[in-house]
Amino acid sequence: MKPITAIVFKDIVIEMRSKESISSMLMFGILVLVIFLFAFESRGLEKGMVGPGELWVAYSFAAILGLNRSLAMEIDNDCLQGLLLAPLGRGELYIGKVASNFAFMMIAEFVVLPVFFILNNLNFDRRFFGIAGVSVLGTLGIAAVGTILSTISGNTRMKEVILPILQIPLTVPVVIAAVEATSQIMNNDKPEISAWLTILAGFSIVYLTVSYLVFEFAVEE
Amino acid sequence: MFALESDDIRKTFGHFTALGGVTLTVERGEFVALFGRNGAGKTTFLKIAATLVKHTHGKLRIQGVDISEEPEQARRHIGFLSHNTYLYRDLNPVENLTFFARLYGVSDPEARINSLLKRVGLDRRMSHPVRSFSRGLHQRLGIARVMLHDPSLILLDEPYTGLDANAVDILNQMLDEAAAAGKTIILTTHDLEQGLRSATRAVIIDRGKIVFSGNPKDQSTRDAYAGYIRIGTAR
Amino acid sequence: MTTKVLGLLAFVAMLVALYMIFLFAPTEATQGNAQRIFYIHVPLAIVGAYGSAILLFTGCLAFLTTRDFKWDRFAACSAEMGVVFTTAQLLTAIMWAKPIWGAWYTFDSRGTLQLVLLLIFIAYFMLRSYLPDREKRAKLCGVFGLLGMVDVPINYLSIYLFRTQHPQPVVSPGGGGLDPDMEKTFLVSFIAITLFYAYVFVKRLRLAKIEEEVEYLNQVVLANE
Repeated sequence: MKPITAIVFKDIVIEMRSKESISSMLMFGILVLVIFLFAFESRGLEKGMVGPGELWVAYSFAAILGLNRSLAMEIDNDCLQGLLLAPLGRGELYIGKVASNFAFMMIAEFVVLPVFFILNNLNFDRRFFGIAGVSVLGTLGIAAVGTILSTISGNTRMKEVILPILQIPLTVPVVIAAVEATSQIMNNDKPEISAWLTILAGFSIVYLTVSYLVFEFAVEE
Repeated sequence: MFALESDDIRKTFGHFTALGGVTLTVERGEFVALFGRNGAGKTTFLKIAATLVKHTHGKLRIQGVDISEEPEQARRHIGFLSHNTYLYRDLNPVENLTFFARLYGVSDPEARINSLLKRVGLDRRMSHPVRSFSRGLHQRLGIARVMLHDPSLILLDEPYTGLDANAVDILNQMLDEAAAAGKTIILTTHDLEQGLRSATRAVIIDRGKIVFSGNPKDQSTRDAYAGYIRIGTAR
Repeated sequence: MTTKVLGLLAFVAMLVALYMIFLFAPTEATQGNAQRIFYIHVPLAIVGAYGSAILLFTGCLAFLTTRDFKWDRFAACSAEMGVVFTTAQLLTAIMWAKPIWGAWYTFDSRGTLQLVLLLIFIAYFMLRSYLPDREKRAKLCGVFGLLGMVDVPINYLSIYLFRTQHPQPVVSPGGGGLDPDMEKTFLVSFIAITLFYAYVFVKRLRLAKIEEEVEYLNQVVLANE
């Protein structure tokens, strides 16, 4: 367990030094919300209709930004090789990186979600906590799949460009389930979200497990 | 138990055969200088020994541990230095070494890090980010990283490349100390004199196979070097 | 030899199927002649899209466990077949939807799943094209192919659930109960398309092996210059 926490801690220290990852994810997420504001405001569309989708578009693209940054850090100076030399299983290395990617995404969403509520004139009632919960579960899935995909894309010459091409089709179930659950919470007094939560949880479990097992193929030279 | 035992190690990258069967036994405490032209397979062999690259055939044991069966256990015994230092530019030397100390489970990390940084002459730059270091300082910190977990087998891939005279001296001193402490060292280099300086054995790899192994003090070593590396494959 | 037999069988079967689709099968009551697309569309979906997905998954898993490059070729060919056949199938879907529904695309569960599957096949190809090194390409595409195909059942579940929450009147291209003549036509068409797929796949695999040999010879020539 100790090496995994060491990886997360190291990533946090580096991020606190440079502040590049979280700030860009945050800004990007907020910018997406703002674009949606202008894109849909004049149409008089119900906030409840557009809101959930808008939130998850913001999250998805901010996540890709964060993943690219995290990857760039390990490519610089070939630091990934240093991690591969350590007496650490490849799967454990994967879990460490997922944990730190997840942590950064959560920190960014911690700001983006309240901004979303403010821009959409929503009250900070129990719906906020419901949507926050869905955010956590959905982000875990995105981090699980994104970490191994960014490791794959890092081997190509078009690193940052190919990541969204690989990631977006694979995270369709997360987006569908998360948007539906968010919509239920926003619009219903008795939201029915158990099926969606099951899909989100199932997605994370499946991808964490499969990636843990095949990660060594993604990092081998 | 040998420090390193490789038995018919082969590696193909797609259609290209990098290693065609390397069988080498290195006893504990040996200091092996590994020579070879570019593309001969020295780096590939070292990386296989360090478990960074998977071999396609054969067996390799480090301190008796098979690297295919127990790679994590094997890595505890290995320190690997290449011309990339694997250091995080945004962190300072102390933070970098603390991280690696945690990964390797080094006991009493603070004391060890302090003494190592002093040894490599970086004690006055402990809180400067690595980003600001010259190549020489980088490599010195890299040496500290390699020695941090006190590995019994030290693998160095062309460590003298791009080093200034001070850094070369520090590296040589540390290698001599390690050798005196009974560590096994395998070092690849293009520089014959540097390689032979403290080596107890000279080995030449050509086209993925070992073609010479001998005493570095003998003339035969220099002849072999001239034959295989300076001029071309000896016919 | 067997390939030639396969090709001949496929050709004959296709001819028979075409005859049956256009001349033998009765015209459907509500949808008219546009319904005939169904005889091509559904087999294309099952064999071309889902069949390719299963083959891709098999190829990737087999490569990662055996590291034999023939499985990497197998996976790449499956993905290629997947792109072609899924695109063809989606085209037949929109050709059918427009006259019946008046809309090109209706976000129905099957169509959407196949669209995402197509995107995954295409992503697989783009990844392949950005990896010139043979060994890395096989490993990384093997991993991505595996991750992509694992996604398919989860995708199916989520899209299906979405549709049950937001139901749409579904007119499946098959309509209600099938006329026995329609059933026969469908069966023949299914067999014909499966044979055709198998024939093209085998030929493509052969071609892939030759391509690899040419690449190898190129490398040898370059190395000796």
